[in-house]
Amino acid sequence: MRHIISLLMENEAGALSRVAGLFSARGYNIESLSVAPTEDPTLSRMTIVTSGSDAIIEQINKQLNKLVDVAALMDLNDGEHIERELMLVKVSAQGEAREKLKRVADTFHGRIIDVTDYIYTIELTGSCAELDSFLETVGRDLILETVRTGASGIGRGERILKL
Amino acid sequence: MELTGAEILIRCLQEEKVEYVFGYPGGAVLFIYDALFQQDKVKHVLVRHEQAAVHAADGYARSSDKVGVALVTSGPGLTNAVTGIATAYMDSTPMVVISGQVPTGAIGEDAFQEVDAVGITRPCVKHNFLVKDVKDIASTIKKAFYLAKSGRPGPVLVDIPKDVSNHKTTFEYPSSVTIRSYHPAGKGDSGQIRHAAQMLLEAKRPMIYAGGGVVLSDASAQLTDLVRLLDFPCTNTLMGLGGFPASDKQFVGMLGMHGTYEANMAMQHCDVLLAVGARFDDRVIGNVEHFAQVPRKIIHIDIDPSSIAKRVKVDLPIVGDVKLVLDELLEVLRGGRQRPNTSELAAWWKQVDEWRAVGGGLRYKNSTEIIKPQFVIEKLHEITGGDAFITTDVGQHQMWAAQYYKFDKPRRWVTSGGLGTMGFGLPAAMGVQMVNPGATVACITGEGSIQMNIQELSTCKQFHLPIKIIALNNGYLGMVRQWQEFFHGNRYSETYMNALPDFVKLAEAYGHVGMRIEKPADVEPALKEAFARKNDLVFMDFRTDPTENVFPMVPGGRGLSEIILAEEL
Ligand SMILES: Cc1cc2nc3c(=O)[nH]c(=O)nc-3n(C[C@H](O)[C@H](O)[C@H](O)COP(=O)(O)OP(=O)(O)OC[C@H]3O[C@@H](n4cnc5c(N)ncnc54)[C@H](O)[C@@H]3O)c2cc1C
Ligand SMILES: Cc1ncc(C[n+]2csc(CCOP(=O)(O)OP(=O)(O)O)c2C)c(N)n1
Ligand SMILES: [Mg+2]
Repeated sequence: MRHIISLLMENEAGALSRVAGLFSARGYNIESLSVAPTEDPTLSRMTIVTSGSDAIIEQINKQLNKLVDVAALMDLNDGEHIERELMLVKVSAQGEAREKLKRVADTFHGRIIDVTDYIYTIELTGSCAELDSFLETVGRDLILETVRTGASGIGRGERILKL
Repeated sequence: MELTGAEILIRCLQEEKVEYVFGYPGGAVLFIYDALFQQDKVKHVLVRHEQAAVHAADGYARSSDKVGVALVTSGPGLTNAVTGIATAYMDSTPMVVISGQVPTGAIGEDAFQEVDAVGITRPCVKHNFLVKDVKDIASTIKKAFYLAKSGRPGPVLVDIPKDVSNHKTTFEYPSSVTIRSYHPAGKGDSGQIRHAAQMLLEAKRPMIYAGGGVVLSDASAQLTDLVRLLDFPCTNTLMGLGGFPASDKQFVGMLGMHGTYEANMAMQHCDVLLAVGARFDDRVIGNVEHFAQVPRKIIHIDIDPSSIAKRVKVDLPIVGDVKLVLDELLEVLRGGRQRPNTSELAAWWKQVDEWRAVGGGLRYKNSTEIIKPQFVIEKLHEITGGDAFITTDVGQHQMWAAQYYKFDKPRRWVTSGGLGTMGFGLPAAMGVQMVNPGATVACITGEGSIQMNIQELSTCKQFHLPIKIIALNNGYLGMVRQWQEFFHGNRYSETYMNALPDFVKLAEAYGHVGMRIEKPADVEPALKEAFARKNDLVFMDFRTDPTENVFPMVPGGRGLSEIILAEEL
């Protein structure tokens, strides 16, 4: 099953490679990984999207927790959570497609943030699945370039990951 | 007063009461060696290869309760040390390795003798540090020792660039240390412990399976009390040997690939299994699916949550230090009125004893013509009163040592279990002898393994280490040859050790005593003579049966009850 794991870790050189190294060394899947400092500049928040059997997910959580630089960890799938990813897509927007792309972008609550005679650049936020279905709707023929941040996630309501 | 980084480092080692550092100098550690030279509290043992420095620090730590310390230079010094570090990591040895690094300004420029030490060692250390500022040396060393020793122990690397070791600052050693992202487990959950007690008391076919965690936690006394209180059978892993006295009637021997029939059968058929500081290694339970075919409840005590439920499903996890958990478990059991069900237990013991009879314990057919390796170990046990510190290399000799030298005390048995590093034995014995001066130390080795760190005979000479080397020379990379015989149609591909040196002359060339023993009748007198030489290193080249195999054996990937007993005797 797909899991989103959030962790707080020391914002130190090498911390990221400890996490990345752990996944490759132990053969765990990694769908996406995103990381940035938090309001406390000594801590980074990382979101990892991974998948595996329950036993493997349990090991991933334990192995991550074991890293000395990891200060706190939450498997978002253990409760209610919100998942968001940011995507920038450059699409070929000519002739009839121009109108159609505008409508599709609207439907997905996307914004056209850059326009030329031939191209739209669209910004979109949503769950990974929503972004996937946007790309599917637009169709590969029109897509010139995509950039995705990988998922970020946060617990709902009172679920807080903090030191 | 301001001190250089190198001086601060040495002061830190003094504060940590480090007696010996095993190391090898080079450009990047010149300032550190200079600081070492100008004091005499921390003594340095000059090895002949960095791998040996780390193994020596490892043997030092395992046979005491101290943290081993090794010091190496950048580049090739560090890469040579990696095998030692990985060995210590796999067996959870508390160790601090200090490596020199090129000056900070040169890092990343492919400087002379530059390697990414932190990157190379990351997967085989508990943690590592690159110290970029002299002000951080003291706190980093404090953290390194704390991390190495606390929780599940392991090696910690501290990489110090040359310029940092020469910069100056004031020295103050932190009196305490906390790392906000690191919280090793201590006591176990009391509710879980009470629950465990109940499960144990209700068991019909109980089994206690104890591993290296018992030794690391210095909890042999607690384990022994528990086993005797409950009257359950107890087995040890290779790493756990000595954690429970081998001479005790409740001991069913080592389990696993080369474990006894009775230990493996009891492990397979028990209904409640108490695992104590053991990690269900593949050499221990063989095929996990086969193991899972018999339903049993598993209680698992381990300080590292990731050891629990890694390879087998666990019914009752207890995360905590073995010693503290067993203390509490004993208290609960002693406090309650319930006792184990004696009639069920008697029936179980009857079954275990039947297995004992079938397996016949450990068996080999002795000979008056050719020296049997098992015979040498039995005699060694006899002559040393079972009280020697034994290190080994890796191979058949290692398994015979584990089977036939009956360890009654912990920390007497020093072997590379997890990584299985040939070349471990001799340098490890050096560390053992340094921390146990006056004790009897023997290294049981093979003619293949000993050649992987033979140069350390020179270190032994320099530091007057009277180690007894028991080489079971079968002329083969025996353990590999055995697999080729069983599973590869007797095709002995590259396992014959051709062109062996004359080990007697070799020992003599290094200034030691050498002996060659070729007849069974000479085994005992030779051992007696060698061990009477209290101040000499004696290299004993036993010419043993080249065709002898290690039994019992659970072939790789097979189940515990699919064990092959000794050939027709
Ligand atoms: C040629 C060869 C053959 C082998 N054959 C066998 C064999 O037949 N049988 C066998 O048993 N092994 C065998 N081994 C060794 C095997 O590979 C493993 O190294 C060994 O079985 C692991 O032992 P262990 O489970 O006790 O774990 P260890 O590696 O000793 O790990 C210790 C466990 O205890 C935990 N721990 C540490 N400190 C504490 C504490 N204070 N409190 C609580 N828990 C703690 C750790 O987290 C870890 O889970 C063989 C090795 C070689 C090289
Ligand atoms: C560094 C290293 N290389 C290779 C191996 C694989 N290996 C395991 S046992 C063994 C044979 C050891 O031969 P020897 O030391 O003569 O011991 P014997 O098995 O004959 O007792 C080998 C090559 C290993 N364990 N370690
Ligand atoms: Mg051999």
